[in-house]
Amino acid sequence: MDFLRPASWEEALAAKAEHPTAVPIAGGTDVMVEINFDHRRPEYLLDLNRVGDLYEWERGEDSVRLGASVPYTHIMEQLRAELPGLALASHTVASPQIRNRGGVGGNLGTASPAGDAHPALLAAGAEVEVASAARGTRMIPVDDFYTGVKRNALRPDELIRAVHVKKADGPQQYSKVGTRNAMVIAVCAFGLALHPGTRTVRTGIGSAAPTPVRAKAAEEFLNAALEEGGSWDNRKTIAPSVAQRFADLCSAACNPIDDVRGTASYRRHAVGVMARRTLTWAWESYRGARRATEGAA
Amino acid sequence: MPSPQLGSARAGGAPTGAPTKITQGAGTKGGIGESTLRPDGTLKVTGEFAYSSDMWHEDMLWGQILRSTVAHAEIVSIDTSEALALPGVYAVMTYDDLPTEVKHYGLEIRDTPVLAHGKVRHHGEPVAIVAADHPETARRAAARIKVEYRELPVITDEESALAPDAVLVHEHRDDHHVGHVAHPNIVHRQPIVRGDAAAAAGRAEVIVTGEYTFGMQDQAFLGPESGLAVPEEDGGVHLYIATQWLHSDLRQIAPVLGLPERKVRMTLSGVGGAFGGREDLSMQIHACLLALRTGKPVKIVYNRFESFFGHVHRHPAKLHYEHGATRDGRLTHVRCRIVLDGGAYASASPAVVGNAASLGIGPYVVDDVDIEALALYTNNPPCGAMRGFGAVQACFAYEAQMDKLAKELGMDPVEFRQLNAMEQGTVMPTGQPVDSPAPVAELLRRVKAMPLPPERQWESSEGADVRQLPGGLSNTTHGEGVVRGIGYAVGIKNVGFSEGFDDYSTARVRMEVIAGEPVATVHTAMAEVGQGGVTVHAQIARTELGVAQVTIHPADTQVGSAGSTSASRQTYVTGGAVKNACERVRAQVLEIGRRKFGSRHPAWATAELLLENGKVVTDGGEVLADLVDVLEGEAVEVAEEWRHRPTEAFDLRTGQGNGHVQYSFAAHRAVVEVDTELGLVKVVELACAQDVGKALNPLSVVGQIQGGTAQGLGIAVMEEIIVDPRTAKVRNPSFTDYLIPTILDTPTIPVDVLELADVHAPYGLRGVGEAPTLSSTPAVLAAIRNATGLELNRTPVRPEHLTGTA
Amino acid sequence: MRVTFTVNGRPQEADDVWEGESLLYVLRERLGLPGSKNACEQGECGSCTVRLDGVPVCSCLVAAGQAEGRDVVTVEGLADHARRRSRGDSAGTPLDEAKGWRAEGGTDSRAGAGTGLAPVQQAFIDAGAVQCGFCTPGLLVASDDLLERNPNPSDADIREALSGNLCRCTGYEKIMDAVRLAAARRSEGV
Repeated sequence: MDFLRPASWEEALAAKAEHPTAVPIAGGTDVMVEINFDHRRPEYLLDLNRVGDLYEWERGEDSVRLGASVPYTHIMEQLRAELPGLALASHTVASPQIRNRGGVGGNLGTASPAGDAHPALLAAGAEVEVASAARGTRMIPVDDFYTGVKRNALRPDELIRAVHVKKADGPQQYSKVGTRNAMVIAVCAFGLALHPGTRTVRTGIGSAAPTPVRAKAAEEFLNAALEEGGSWDNRKTIAPSVAQRFADLCSAACNPIDDVRGTASYRRHAVGVMARRTLTWAWESYRGARRATEGAA
Repeated sequence: MPSPQLGSARAGGAPTGAPTKITQGAGTKGGIGESTLRPDGTLKVTGEFAYSSDMWHEDMLWGQILRSTVAHAEIVSIDTSEALALPGVYAVMTYDDLPTEVKHYGLEIRDTPVLAHGKVRHHGEPVAIVAADHPETARRAAARIKVEYRELPVITDEESALAPDAVLVHEHRDDHHVGHVAHPNIVHRQPIVRGDAAAAAGRAEVIVTGEYTFGMQDQAFLGPESGLAVPEEDGGVHLYIATQWLHSDLRQIAPVLGLPERKVRMTLSGVGGAFGGREDLSMQIHACLLALRTGKPVKIVYNRFESFFGHVHRHPAKLHYEHGATRDGRLTHVRCRIVLDGGAYASASPAVVGNAASLGIGPYVVDDVDIEALALYTNNPPCGAMRGFGAVQACFAYEAQMDKLAKELGMDPVEFRQLNAMEQGTVMPTGQPVDSPAPVAELLRRVKAMPLPPERQWESSEGADVRQLPGGLSNTTHGEGVVRGIGYAVGIKNVGFSEGFDDYSTARVRMEVIAGEPVATVHTAMAEVGQGGVTVHAQIARTELGVAQVTIHPADTQVGSAGSTSASRQTYVTGGAVKNACERVRAQVLEIGRRKFGSRHPAWATAELLLENGKVVTDGGEVLADLVDVLEGEAVEVAEEWRHRPTEAFDLRTGQGNGHVQYSFAAHRAVVEVDTELGLVKVVELACAQDVGKALNPLSVVGQIQGGTAQGLGIAVMEEIIVDPRTAKVRNPSFTDYLIPTILDTPTIPVDVLELADVHAPYGLRGVGEAPTLSSTPAVLAAIRNATGLELNRTPVRPEHLTGTA
Repeated sequence: MRVTFTVNGRPQEADDVWEGESLLYVLRERLGLPGSKNACEQGECGSCTVRLDGVPVCSCLVAAGQAEGRDVVTVEGLADHARRRSRGDSAGTPLDEAKGWRAEGGTDSRAGAGTGLAPVQQAFIDAGAVQCGFCTPGLLVASDDLLERNPNPSDADIREALSGNLCRCTGYEKIMDAVRLAAARRSEGV
């Protein structure tokens, strides 16, 4: 095993170009577990801790350019206003120690369906900024990023530099079910964002299909229902029947499996419950009936 | 300065007994009854306390174990040549390299191969061992060992174990249980028959039955199995090890090495928790074999994955119960059948069967009982000792039954239990009378009388604090679907080794003057695994010898056996041995005093003399001499074994016999909030009342009760080793998927400690450690049932069980 | 490879480090600092928690090479870290000095006796928060960090901050007591 220590983004891309099998390591929260348990013996470890750019974020007009290695703790504490859904998702990541090391780049790189950030990114709308020494930078819409179980759209010579997440123009919510009250991998998770600017609702489902997915039929149904009711303007309460239909369609968007963490049937059920609750919280917040877009923690 | 909140570690009124009154040493600071602090506390908070995994030796090698990847298979061949060829590898050993004819070990039945021979019987069984200069080299070498398996059908449950054509897990049994079991795939079976259950069933006006399932729990101690074996010049070996019982290890290790026991020196290193999981050997023999083979020190440290395969688990169980009662709420009879899955090797299964059977109906008065408990041999992971030891599984089921029956009778579940609660004098189903306080009804009363936590604690002007809601930080509810439930349970656990086992301990106590001060040294082989035995030994010595300074000698095999740190027994048995040795030392000290100073004061001959604060005093408080002067130029040392009252084996057909030495009792009240839509549970409070006879160290006692309570909570809602029934392979051997409670899952645990002396025990004390693990689980389950109205016949209860999506 | 970094204020160097080794392994097996514990090696238990450039992390998940040039505080240096913090210093103290209080074996860890301990270490002893002690080093580093950021935490704050540290012995009640005690002593200037 060789340990590559690029001091800059350019050096990192050059190293990745030279050694396409090199495994990038930033927070180490996935890679080191695999090494510690002898599941993986990469030829090269590509340490990204020295690449300062990856720890920076910029607030743009419409989006936040979030460096791939910005720790979840910083997202929770400093980007709560711009990225409320992702901040909530960050708060559900493992433990304080892990949140101090891990970042969204790792979640995207691993592309596990259980990664906590994915549903929030899908719901908010995001693009993944990747680059290679040979071809420079390209932007991948997050909807196209996840290609299979633990597979993504990255090419072997590419690294994830940042993710551009749309700044919230309305309330966002995020829920995750685990069988423990902290430090737990998602049995399933759900992200929801209201976009009053475009009069749309977007969703993200985690751990209930081979990849993170949006519940598109549910979104379309709800968009139509809200439009039809003039709800974006009159801000009336969403009818329970509409919320339930939305929840059912979210459940239907799942394609889960039975595993040691939960049954497929439970996952479908729980996604529906979370969809209904997060919609209610977000909508009530949009109506101004709720103080905050999130729980007090 | 505020004191830490210690819970109410003092009892109020004593309804059926009283605490022991202490005279000798009562005026000496730091004696029994005080919450003195741990002698190893400073080392533990600074990181300097040396745990077994912290051991290091110049030139040491790292040992690695190759384990079976399948559960049941014939070994066709093993090829170690590529492993041996790897630079940095010093030794590779298989069954064929074992040095003597003794190639098996076991706590009671020597059925466990040191390394697999011809066959593997469970997933993760040791097949070969490697020593190399770096752990990674050792891992790479182990990966190069080629093992060819021919898979066999797996035995995974009672049906497959007892099928007419079932493969035998052990083909050639010759142990002492094989003669009385109906099938060689049954390790041991214990019936208990008292009265006439069938006739009593005819008198019952209400009968409830239930089938219960108890999942496989792991001890999940935080310090993984580890140790360092150092070859010695005399051809022997010195093993630094984390274990629960040094001498039991020694008895199993030495014959395999072909060494006399005196050439296998053992020193206890720091133990990172045990809970039963270190009763069996893990890496002990492997490290010694490699050290003797290579002539170099060998360290083995399991990682968490390996730890899940490296020790036995709590027996999963299927339990069938029938309870009957009259309309006025009196139990008529209990019939039950408890089937424990012992896995591939016997470990402690026979004793677990004895406990499950003899404690199978709980702390209730029932004249007519018909109990059957048995343990199976299967190809599942071996199961053995874990805190609560057979009594835990039964308690989960009989307490569910008691609630069911109370509901059927329209009675309050606590009142119904109190009506049937045993007390001192009650005769157990084994025919053994309970001859010390058994305040079952009182414990229930106390736990019920504690104030309830306020409703909706999660609600504030800020909104909902998700940290206090089901789902916690995962933000799943802001109060939606949340329903509170309350449940009660009580349990009975034996203290000490039972069924005629010669359960003793040994203490060496020395008293001398060092640097102008009288100092006592206590040397035992007791394994300090975190429970605080070392704290208590120092307290006993201060009380019995009236000294301030006590040195606790490291535990090793240079002193006689202390027995196991198991069965809630160490304070009783090794504490008893220390007390006994101190009393002998005290008598000798007084004898020396009489010899030296007897002529100076008549009280030397006539008065009751005590040792207090470094002085010899009369019971009236008059000082006769300084201990420094008495001990000037003399040291007193006593080393002696000490035994509790003997017990008897249970009759193999009727289960009758005075099998247990002492019983302990705890009751819990659980308050839970359940998100009924998502099936997530937040335990809000888990209150406990327990009789401890005498709290030698109230702070430690409360700590034990809270720790045991939390482990019971774990079984109730999250902890389970999941074994694939088709392959018998473990599916979740990691802390990612075997979940134990975090601090956000664990509620406040108020504790009410009762001290009713057991006159048969040292200071009247009662073993503490296990009872709280029993009743915690059924109390939580009862509270969840109360919140949801669901029947819930298995534990752990998972979200899918609460939402109809299993 | 060679890795050079600062541990508890003292420069350290480890040679012949295998690239797959964790910071935890290097601390424990190469630098003679076994205080950080190896309980799960997958970031689930927090027993290996150290401060990396001031931030609590699981040292089992930091590749040794990632620690190059960085500053690490382990439980062995916690007392010194606390002392410097209370003095407002930033200068390091040699490890030997930080260990100067080494306790005598066989005597009680009496309240207030260990003047060389960080307040949170003393509070863990006094409150009975230590049983087997294997989780203790990680909990101490995490608790000390919590109290540094939030001197007066609510119970829910304590539970959240320590939710990455598993303890199997205590049921956490005495750990809650210990952190409350350390906070209370600090606010009373004890």
